[in-house]
Amino acid sequence: MPLFTMVKRALANVTGKPATLMYPATPAKQYDVSRGHIVIAIEDCIFCGNCQRHCVSQAIVVDREARTWEIDRLRCIICGVCAEVCPKDCIFIEPDYHPSSVGPVVELVQGPPAPPKVEKKAKTEE
Amino acid sequence: MSNQIVVPFGPQHPVLPEPIHLDLVLEDERVVEAVPTIGYVHRGLEKLVEKRDFKDYVLIAERICGICSFTHSVTYCNAIEHIMGIEVPPRAQFIRTIWMEYSRMHSHLLWLGLTADAMGFENLFMNAWRLREEILDDMEATTGGRVIQGSSKVGGIRLDIPDEKLGEMVDHLKSIRPLLEESNRIFTHDQTVRHRMRGLGVLSKEEAWDLGAVGPTARGSGCDMDVRSTGYSAYGELGFKPITFPHGDCLDRCLVRSEEVLAAVDLVERAVAKMPDGPIEEKVKGNPDGEYFAFSEQPRGECMHYVKANGKKNIVRHRVRTPTFTNIPPLVKMLAGIELADVPVVVLTIDPCIGCAER
Repeated sequence: MPLFTMVKRALANVTGKPATLMYPATPAKQYDVSRGHIVIAIEDCIFCGNCQRHCVSQAIVVDREARTWEIDRLRCIICGVCAEVCPKDCIFIEPDYHPSSVGPVVELVQGPPAPPKVEKKAKTEE
Repeated sequence: MSNQIVVPFGPQHPVLPEPIHLDLVLEDERVVEAVPTIGYVHRGLEKLVEKRDFKDYVLIAERICGICSFTHSVTYCNAIEHIMGIEVPPRAQFIRTIWMEYSRMHSHLLWLGLTADAMGFENLFMNAWRLREEILDDMEATTGGRVIQGSSKVGGIRLDIPDEKLGEMVDHLKSIRPLLEESNRIFTHDQTVRHRMRGLGVLSKEEAWDLGAVGPTARGSGCDMDVRSTGYSAYGELGFKPITFPHGDCLDRCLVRSEEVLAAVDLVERAVAKMPDGPIEEKVKGNPDGEYFAFSEQPRGECMHYVKANGKKNIVRHRVRTPTFTNIPPLVKMLAGIELADVPVVVLTIDPCIGCAER
């Protein structure tokens, strides 16, 4: 008798539907809190560099002079620490995964030219 | 007396998910001695603690292991919280406990599947992994990550689980409980499993104690040792009892794990029933100054995090002693005297996690 403990389950497996999803033809399961990839709303960014300092895998490079924000997608471990420390809350975690790639994926986001008013504010803060 | 030959086992081997090397000294088909070598996947994560903010390092501590990840981050947080005298709110402790038990469930189901695979029982392997997927779905829905949760932080947790979601999780666990019980029955009663594992790789209670076995390896040999009995996080309030089996062979180590999956379901249900209200994190001010040994029970056994800080934002020393590292001497003992064909199954029964052991 103990020989056939798996038979019921095996028959159910043969007759039932497959338990796996045909990814990427069928999209992967997503939840509201899923950590897929990092995006930035560059128009709100003040280029303080907090995300770069806290990034545990050194995936983010912020250039205050050139007003650029750069992320290396393959270095990024999507821990979400950048989103947590951002003073302007302009970094978000999107729930869908970044498409797969074979080479380094460095995304450079160019910020809008600085309005003179903002520059003054930054100076007074310093 | 026949000649002795040395057969290398690993670092790359079909049953090993991670690289460990064993030099097996054989006499005919029988193993006389096994000489282990580790050091293939050292990443230097302990050294990295000197370069990162102690609060951000939680995320790196979590990545020490890809399976018992959440327990690593909680243990590191426990160490820092003790040094800084932070009182973690009870709700955070309960939710941490729930996630730790979820990681135990998924780790044990993964291991049960791998063992079935090592025995050639493919159907059982697929079955265990399908059940694991159900657990991972709940983890992702609550933390945002399947195996790397990233939801623990110094002073509490990052994400709260709403009460309705807790109810849904318990309902979901109730619905998969019969499937888990059925899978347990197969491990307990099926002749294929018993034939392959009963009486194999025996480690007596005294040997387990002397060689420093931890976790299911020790409990499968009848040693009643489980760090959860000390009541860290919320375990003290959940009436936790360790599960032990007396024979010390591969089957008993397997049964400890399959029973612990059901025990984890019970613990989650009890934790949800007793879930307190309140805040989920305590504000952290200043930097840690001092040292502390934090212990926790991972799916693989007792894990220790030693943290030494000097009042700056970077920690001076972080040392992790993982269960796999401690379980290697008992493994060498188990391997002596068995047949070469049984080596893969015996190696798997300590649940080797080399990424953890070398960090």
